[in-house]
Amino acid sequence: MSVIDEKTFAELKQMSGAEFINELIDTFLDDSPRLIEEMESALKVNNVDSFRRAAHSLKSNAATFGANELFALAKELEILGKENKLTETGNRLKALQESYESVLKELSELRS
Amino acid sequence: MKPAHEPGHMLVVDDNRLNRLLLTHALEQNGHFVFTAENGKVAMEMLRTKTFDVLLLDIDMPEMNGFEVLEAMLNDNELRDLPVIMTSASDELDRVVKCIEMGADDYLVKPLNPVLLRARVNTSLEKKRLRDQQRRLFRTFATPEVAEQLLREGFSLGGKYVTASVMFADIRSFTTLSEKQEPSDTIEMLNSYFALMFDAITRNNGTVNQMEGDGLMAIFGAPVYHETHSESAVRAALEMIELLKVFNEQRIAQNKGQIQIGIGIASGKVIAGFTGTQHRATYTCVGDAVNLAARIEDHTKVAKQPILIDQHTCAALPNDIAVEALGLVTFKGKQQAVEIFTVKSN
Repeated sequence: MSVIDEKTFAELKQMSGAEFINELIDTFLDDSPRLIEEMESALKVNNVDSFRRAAHSLKSNAATFGANELFALAKELEILGKENKLTETGNRLKALQESYESVLKELSELRS
Repeated sequence: MKPAHEPGHMLVVDDNRLNRLLLTHALEQNGHFVFTAENGKVAMEMLRTKTFDVLLLDIDMPEMNGFEVLEAMLNDNELRDLPVIMTSASDELDRVVKCIEMGADDYLVKPLNPVLLRARVNTSLEKKRLRDQQRRLFRTFATPEVAEQLLREGFSLGGKYVTASVMFADIRSFTTLSEKQEPSDTIEMLNSYFALMFDAITRNNGTVNQMEGDGLMAIFGAPVYHETHSESAVRAALEMIELLKVFNEQRIAQNKGQIQIGIGIASGKVIAGFTGTQHRATYTCVGDAVNLAARIEDHTKVAKQPILIDQHTCAALPNDIAVEALGLVTFKGKQQAVEIFTVKSN
């Protein structure tokens, strides 16, 4: 099953052109592991601001590519950060990591 | 109307690299020159060193966020008019409302819609063009302070109470002087004289709001209030006398007549605002302090002193300004006698 929304991705590709979409994918794949790491280390030291900001960026980037599941998870985590409830993240960060792996796989294939 | 799609200089501020890339690409596709900053602090430095036409601003950023940028811009005369488009996620519209209240012009939701982006940027560019034009126009016809107030608060007739210092200055025995010289010489002399006096007044935060014949009226502490308005008015008066000395030395060298002036200053509550009609109006102020300043200025002829001030002005002066009490004077039409002081020029 596809984890990237076809319509969103097609629109993004049309807007940016074949060459620039590759640059966008590269940037996303480059930045996402760093953002997830940032969330993990922020969670350990209960740095709410850093956690929320990283989740916010990941959410925004997921929305750009139509990675809907990743978007939803990042949004939930951002809200937990906003409400200062980092203890309630449960296994969401793990789920986010897994969701990103699927996005990574699919985007790598979509990259021409 | 000129087409609104001329290229402009854009500043994109966002801590997210992907967003910066997307915005830059879309704006460049529309022919604009694009610069980027990764947080508000970097953006403020760029805004103060380079001229931009439109600012595209993210809200949540490290170092300095979008709210803080808007606040800093609001307090900066040069940046206050720069159109700002907020770029935000669809779930933070409540924060966008706050930004609009703080002076942002418009907003765009991320992920970007390129058609909306083009339309909103063009509208902001047109806004910028009109604001620049308006500013140039105001600067030509009004004093800088009045122009700023008009730009900030819009034009409305009617006034408000302010505490300020009012100055009247007049040339002594100007009539006899003008009979001795050609009319064109008189106009030229007046122009040089006014240029010097304006300079002294403006440098001390005063606003010249009336010129009639050889006289002028200036306000200190309005439209923009400042605590030391009395001191500013007196320092301006001292500078005016100094400048006049230089002016007279040049006149002597050219074998032309000298001029002497009288300056009267009074401080207190006045009503300041725009008087006139919607089509033609001037910034002025009325009230007891205004009448008193005019009477005191007239009294310089009798007292044979160039600068006279009232007790309220005198009470607000620092020690380094030397004054001498001249006693009580009862002016025509006034019930109570007023204590008058002369200011010593060095």
